[in-house]
Amino acid sequence: MSGVVVPVVRIQREDFDVAAEIARLTEGRADIGAVVTFCGLCRDEQGRLSALELEHYPGMAEAEIARIAGEAIERWPLQGLTVIHRHGKVRPGENIVLVVTASAHRQAAFEAANFLMDYLKSRAPFWKKEHHADGSAGGWVDAKEIDDKAAGRWKAPSK
Amino acid sequence: MATKLIYFAWVRERIGKPEEDVELPAGIETVADLLRWLKSRGEEYEHALQYPDVIRVAINQEHVEHREKIAGAREIALFPPMTGG
Repeated sequence: MSGVVVPVVRIQREDFDVAAEIARLTEGRADIGAVVTFCGLCRDEQGRLSALELEHYPGMAEAEIARIAGEAIERWPLQGLTVIHRHGKVRPGENIVLVVTASAHRQAAFEAANFLMDYLKSRAPFWKKEHHADGSAGGWVDAKEIDDKAAGRWKAPSK
Repeated sequence: MATKLIYFAWVRERIGKPEEDVELPAGIETVADLLRWLKSRGEEYEHALQYPDVIRVAINQEHVEHREKIAGAREIALFPPMTGG
């Protein structure tokens, strides 16, 4: 491990470039052996949706993701970590969220990315509203109990 | 001292405003007290807070439980369970 890892956390309306974000973590380094990326995209739900509108709590969204990222850095030997979450209107096929973890070995990178996504889903202050393709009024997406359970499994020490 | 309340998603839509400053009456000590008091402020609040157990709360931009004391809170946010990611 070289020095303190400072996570990159960005909340933005615009899209992101996955390859550029990987390069940002790995550029000029020879100690990283594993990079895991998770990218969440907007689905159209069999043609039912024309878009998702992501509302967020400015300030807290950044702070909460930074807290989650800090916890990942404490738990796994990471050499780099990036979390980007979009807000505003996102159309089917477009990116919503990106997690990139870099480590010497794959296990830490995989586990940390998984942990980050589970926690983002249940703790990051974002809410999705559906826009229907047929023009009818869309509603707010319901939180899934399975997402809370997924976050809960990390409470037991995993290593 | 006025406390800033912020609402998100369907809590915001049902209450009909994104935020407001309120003077909390004496005796409102915890988040649960606040939710009970707000619910009594009118139909729109009653509609938004009908099932207080599902409402998530953040004080000064950090998640808290309903038993948390609200003394010293500058900003209290009320919102449904999160659906990001």
